[in-house]
Amino acid sequence: MRKFVVPLFALAGLIFMTAPVLIARAPFAAGMGLDQKIFYFHMPPAMLMLLSAIFCGTISAVFLVKRRPFYDWMGYAAAELTVLYGAIAMVTGPLWARKAWGVWWVWDPRLTMSFLLWMIFVSYLLLRRYGGPGSEMLAAGLAVFGMATSPFVYLSVNIWRTIHPLTTVVPTLPVDFAFPLWYAFTGFLLLYIALMTLRVDIERQRTMLDQLYLESEE
Amino acid sequence: MKKFYLAAFVLMNAVMFAQAGQSEFQPVTEIPASEQMPSAPLVIAAYAFVWLAFVVYVWTMWRKLGKVEQELQTLSTQILQPRAARGDGAPHESAPRE
Repeated sequence: MRKFVVPLFALAGLIFMTAPVLIARAPFAAGMGLDQKIFYFHMPPAMLMLLSAIFCGTISAVFLVKRRPFYDWMGYAAAELTVLYGAIAMVTGPLWARKAWGVWWVWDPRLTMSFLLWMIFVSYLLLRRYGGPGSEMLAAGLAVFGMATSPFVYLSVNIWRTIHPLTTVVPTLPVDFAFPLWYAFTGFLLLYIALMTLRVDIERQRTMLDQLYLESEE
Repeated sequence: MKKFYLAAFVLMNAVMFAQAGQSEFQPVTEIPASEQMPSAPLVIAAYAFVWLAFVVYVWTMWRKLGKVEQELQTLSTQILQPRAARGDGAPHESAPRE
């Protein structure tokens, strides 16, 4: 395993432990109260879910062209992390919405499209788990399809009528709000890189193990 | 005719004693505490879920990694070392690497 994974985990853990202090010190948003603090754990994983879906689609497209196992391992790892970060966004979002909107869930364009994107990557994992030999090629095609969906998820709040906050909220945040947000984002990103490295390493060792079994049978 | 007077009497009462419809919302600066939904459990639940999700995922990763490493070690000691002793070479050299 790569040597920098443990320091990355430690650094991410440190950020996760100190982020609540910064978040607690950040000002309250008008009309939202304490509930708005969920935003700091909701936006970073939601954004990383989209970036991870784009990364997974890109690396899968490279795999489809070059057919090198390394790209497949990265695609598999990215798909798994897309589902993990998506699950966090899907749970923290309704916890915020319950107070802000009065409901846990609405079939709003942003929420519905995010859910569909998440389902695409869940189906990727199911395909890899139960698809048998050759499923990596089908899954790579599915990842490219998932990547194509990502920009629509991001832009959905600007295109359609929605109750979800618009994309203009984050770029226009005052420093008091923005600093804890990007601090938390850094923690989520470091954890993403560490988990990705760990996951790719597992896939590399699995492939090596399969190779050894094949060679031992010969 | 009797029914008509009865109906008129009932309708007249409805008109005279009906409460006026709400024509506008009255603004207030604060609603009573009993009407407010507490946010703290939602914030704590969100933060706890983030930790839980990562802890569970990392734990499953370590388990998978441990299992694969153990299997690799078992395979190399049981099958590959006797081969190496016979001078058949080390097959794991041909395993894909990046």
